Amino acid sequence: MIEDHQKKAEQVARGLKRRYRAEKRFRFYGIMAVAFGLLAVAVLFTDIITKGSGAFRQTYIQLTVHYDPEVLDITDLRDESQVALGNFSGVIRQGLYDRFPQFSSRNDKRELNKMISSGEGFELRDRLVENPSLLGRSETLWLVADDDIDTYFKSYGDSGGAFTGRVSETQRAVVEGLKQSGDIRLKLNTNFFTKGDSREPEQAGIWGAVVGSFFTLVITLALSFPIGVAAAIYLEEFAPRNRWTDLIEVNINNLAAVPSIIFGLLGLAIFINFFEVPRSIPVIGGLVLTLMTLPTIIITSRAAIKAVPPSIREAAIGIGASPMQVVMHHVLPLAMPGMLTGAIIGMAQALGETAPLLMIGMVAFIVDIPSGPASPATVLPVQIFLWADSPERAFVEKTSAAIMVLLAFLILMNTTAIWLRKRLERRW
Amino acid sequence: MNVFKNTVLAGAAVAAMIGGAQVHAARDYISIVGSSTVYPFSTVVAERFGKATGHPTPKVESTGTGGGMKMFCGGVGTNFADITNASRRMKDGEFKDCQKNGVNDIVEMLIGFDGLVIANSLKAKPYDLTLKDVFLALAKNVPNPDGSDTLVPNPYKTWKDVNPALPATKIEVIGPPPTSGTRDSFAELALEGGCKNFPFIKAMKDADEDQFKSVCHTIREDGYFVEAGENDNLIIQKLDSNPDALGVFGFSFLDQNNDKVRGSSIAGVEPTFESIGDKSYPVSRPLYVYVKKAHIGVIPGIKEFVAEYTSEKAWGPDGYLAEKGLIPLNDDLRKKTAKAVRAGEVMSGEGL
Repeated sequence: MIEDHQKKAEQVARGLKRRYRAEKRFRFYGIMAVAFGLLAVAVLFTDIITKGSGAFRQTYIQLTVHYDPEVLDITDLRDESQVALGNFSGVIRQGLYDRFPQFSSRNDKRELNKMISSGEGFELRDRLVENPSLLGRSETLWLVADDDIDTYFKSYGDSGGAFTGRVSETQRAVVEGLKQSGDIRLKLNTNFFTKGDSREPEQAGIWGAVVGSFFTLVITLALSFPIGVAAAIYLEEFAPRNRWTDLIEVNINNLAAVPSIIFGLLGLAIFINFFEVPRSIPVIGGLVLTLMTLPTIIITSRAAIKAVPPSIREAAIGIGASPMQVVMHHVLPLAMPGMLTGAIIGMAQALGETAPLLMIGMVAFIVDIPSGPASPATVLPVQIFLWADSPERAFVEKTSAAIMVLLAFLILMNTTAIWLRKRLERRW
Repeated sequence: MNVFKNTVLAGAAVAAMIGGAQVHAARDYISIVGSSTVYPFSTVVAERFGKATGHPTPKVESTGTGGGMKMFCGGVGTNFADITNASRRMKDGEFKDCQKNGVNDIVEMLIGFDGLVIANSLKAKPYDLTLKDVFLALAKNVPNPDGSDTLVPNPYKTWKDVNPALPATKIEVIGPPPTSGTRDSFAELALEGGCKNFPFIKAMKDADEDQFKSVCHTIREDGYFVEAGENDNLIIQKLDSNPDALGVFGFSFLDQNNDKVRGSSIAGVEPTFESIGDKSYPVSRPLYVYVKKAHIGVIPGIKEFVAEYTSEKAWGPDGYLAEKGLIPLNDDLRKKTAKAVRAGEVMSGEGL
């Protein structure tokens, strides 16, 4: 008898060891899985940040410009056509020639002209219009350098040597001269945060896409949240359980898994071709993304409603509330945090979407900052896509910087969702 | 009860207002669609035009040449594009389609040329190819190496197999996928150019044009030609990390990355600004912009936009488009085109 017991105990002890080992192994696999995920994220982030951090700073060149009425060909600032036709790049050119008189050959002058961003002439125009007394006077300004100079100047200290592929001998000499007198410097790239798209990397900014994303998401939220919640309430609280509601449920779950490009095709066929909504505007983008996020919102809202315990409903009915009052006064307020979380996650998904927008013309070159939901716009991920495809070297860092901005928004939205859930969640 | 009802009603009203009010609103900006190859040039002109004049900046979509033609030829009215970019001339079928939908008067504008390059990393030796080498290395079916007039599945594995003068490295060419206009042009200009060197295939052109095209335009699918997606920057990255590979892309990308990659010379001619402009470099294509005449005067600014496009400071040899990689037309052709386009001469549809 006792021997038998000892045998069993030995058996158990041996088995126990094996079971402990198995558990350890299992935990190790888990840790490895998490570590792999973290490693992937870390690689992605370091790659994007090392590539993109340069874009937040931009090369500026300090130059004295003289608003010479003769060069500008402006006699009267009140005459708009004169101002529009004014030769403002000529003023910058003259400033460069005066600064570097040693470069006087035609070829050298051409190289000099290419050093300041072509968009800066328009900046000067705006300054002059704002402050007419500048006409005929001089002013020392920090002007944005051309993207080739910017790439060159940023790669100055690189181990592999500076990137000289697109700058000439003359330009290198000029940069050297400017560097010695402290007239060339990296400064915060304000253009990147305040301007719309541009084909000149040094003039390109993310603000147009941010505003476009904002209008698109506002429309998506305004449409998909009420519709989604109403559908969820009806299906959960009022609909009879029969074959029809089963069919609807299967279809909603199915729709949540449909590739997003299909919604773009649907939007093209219905909204653009049939209802003749114009292409490329946030309204059409919002409509299409509404179709895409609706299933997500319906499903999460239904789950939130289901999580409200039946006792609440029964108690309300017990003291004489109508089914409508039960829903409006009790179920909906209690389910709201869950619904909001679902909506935010749906919105974050919509914010990162490009495929359906391809079909409805939102993958487009748009310079002007959208003034409302009906003016042509593009969105953040599309901006990233467009920049990644551009030949100019300086767009590489712009692309990564735009990804950082998009990621910041996504992290912000997801944190809000988690915070809301933690804050408002009620346990029963 | 009222709260719920009101929310739903308000939501529906907002949706109806946003949707309804905009449907027939007049468009005050120019809408441009079409080729992704011309996109970098039209966007620069659009941006400058928007900044210099008081007009809103035109909206430029990159839809591909074929997709652009469809939208352009869809009809007359603010829902249809005003201008389309094309990396080849308008086809006869497209012209007829336009006419059928009431787009009768089209102004054609040849803006310049684009070169296609076959490049490799600066770390490797330069290649000197002929179009025949390119065809033999990349076509799906090639003439039988024994010299008979038959076609066999491409047996070549290294460049040396193709042409003894070339190095013995494995054929590995990274290029655009079939959806790309660049791929079409590459097949048409490079492969077909090499294909014509074989008399029996050339004879096919008159006898059976479809078969000729399928022989000359089909790229091999056995792993020697690698499709890299539409992003040309990605091809350059891959070439940089793999010195044995060659890549196919547009000249402007070569121009921007000349510290990493080098264009192979074709029949002894290197791809440069000059050689593409005077057509001694064989793999180049014309770029077009088409303007809908019926929209001039309806959508504000089209006339001025065209004037900006055809101005010397834009498309001239020292213009800002050349800076972006467009290969300009010669002086005479520029003058002639600018004059015709500004006068609004329309296409006759002959010779397409």
